[in-house]
Amino acid sequence: MKKIIKILGTGCPKCKKTIELVENVVRENKFDATVLKVDDIVDIMKYDILSTPAVVVDEVVMIKGRVPKREEIIGILL
Amino acid sequence: MFDWIETIADWVVFDLFDILPKSRLAEAMHFFIYDTIKILFLLVIIIFLMGIINSYFPIDRVRNYLSRNKLYGLEYLMASLFGVVTPFCSCSSVPLFIGFVKGGIPLGVTFSFLVTSPLVNEVAIGLFIGLFGVKITAIYVLSGIILGTVSGFVLQKMKLEKHLTSWVKTILEQSKKEQDKFIQQRQTLKERIPIIIDEVMTILKGVLPYVIIGIAIGATMHGYIPNGFFEKYLNKDNYFAVPLAAILAVPMYSNASGILPVVQVLVAKGIPLGTAIAFMMGVVGLSLPEAMLLKKVMTIKLVGLFFGVVTVCIIISGYLFNIIF
Repeated sequence: MKKIIKILGTGCPKCKKTIELVENVVRENKFDATVLKVDDIVDIMKYDILSTPAVVVDEVVMIKGRVPKREEIIGILL
Repeated sequence: MFDWIETIADWVVFDLFDILPKSRLAEAMHFFIYDTIKILFLLVIIIFLMGIINSYFPIDRVRNYLSRNKLYGLEYLMASLFGVVTPFCSCSSVPLFIGFVKGGIPLGVTFSFLVTSPLVNEVAIGLFIGLFGVKITAIYVLSGIILGTVSGFVLQKMKLEKHLTSWVKTILEQSKKEQDKFIQQRQTLKERIPIIIDEVMTILKGVLPYVIIGIAIGATMHGYIPNGFFEKYLNKDNYFAVPLAAILAVPMYSNASGILPVVQVLVAKGIPLGTAIAFMMGVVGLSLPEAMLLKKVMTIKLVGLFFGVVTVCIIISGYLFNIIF
């Protein structure tokens, strides 16, 4: 099933880095997933997080407050 | 403690580059090499120690703690203390603000956290020890904590909830005390260390360019600006110097890592410590980019009040520093 990945972040350097990384991982591994960028604070706050960036996969917060590692993203998406 | 760095700096400047001692270039270069090594050394240690504390008190746990416990007025101090051990990123200030408010934490307590967090953190402490020594660092950390505590307390007394933007008010009405217990990850210190070291490297890589640029600017000023240069304009008898420094600093933005090496040289060249620290606190603690972010959750009036109260507190601590030293 196609996964929906949301990257929550208001545009700070760490958030941009996370988006880039996740997009790369999805492309390289040919994961069946769509990467969406969520930068509106009202939307971001619907998820219970205290720090950005955050990675949300199918509406579940998987990572918050830091740039994830490559292997970590693969692990989440497998 | 730092004699070995002195030796390295001596060797590089006088032997390796063969620069004439006492020349301006030698002074600047020596300062740059000595300070860079010393500060990186201290940063690694402090970031690592703070990383350990932070690993046991992550931000979610802090929120739950503040939300669940009745602290009889001590909550401002606690929020401020938590601000010290939590690494701060200005882009996280809004989610953090909402998250705290959502957890039923009073607005003033949230402000206490928001004030202290950027002012006193692992990078600022590491730099302060390296540049000013332990005693001044201790006083700085203490005044940062008091600043956050007092500002938060004052802001709470002003009853500012009505100045939040409407969507935040809705969140506020639905707020609930955090009942869910924080699930502590049962990791031993040994398991945590690699994660913490990873964090140290990330933070270090992030601030390194600013630190180097800051020290380079500081080193140039150190070598080329005569001692006592600023004294003429900004001495202790000039009562307007502190407020002026603070107000000028507010719109500017830099993190502690870029501004501190410059501040140290300003002090060495004759600017009173309190004036310089008021300037630094204004630059690090308050800024236009932060105001823009906060505007999403507060009305302009509240942003103004928040900045106003904090600026006044910064000015007061500037005067205090000038009296003490």
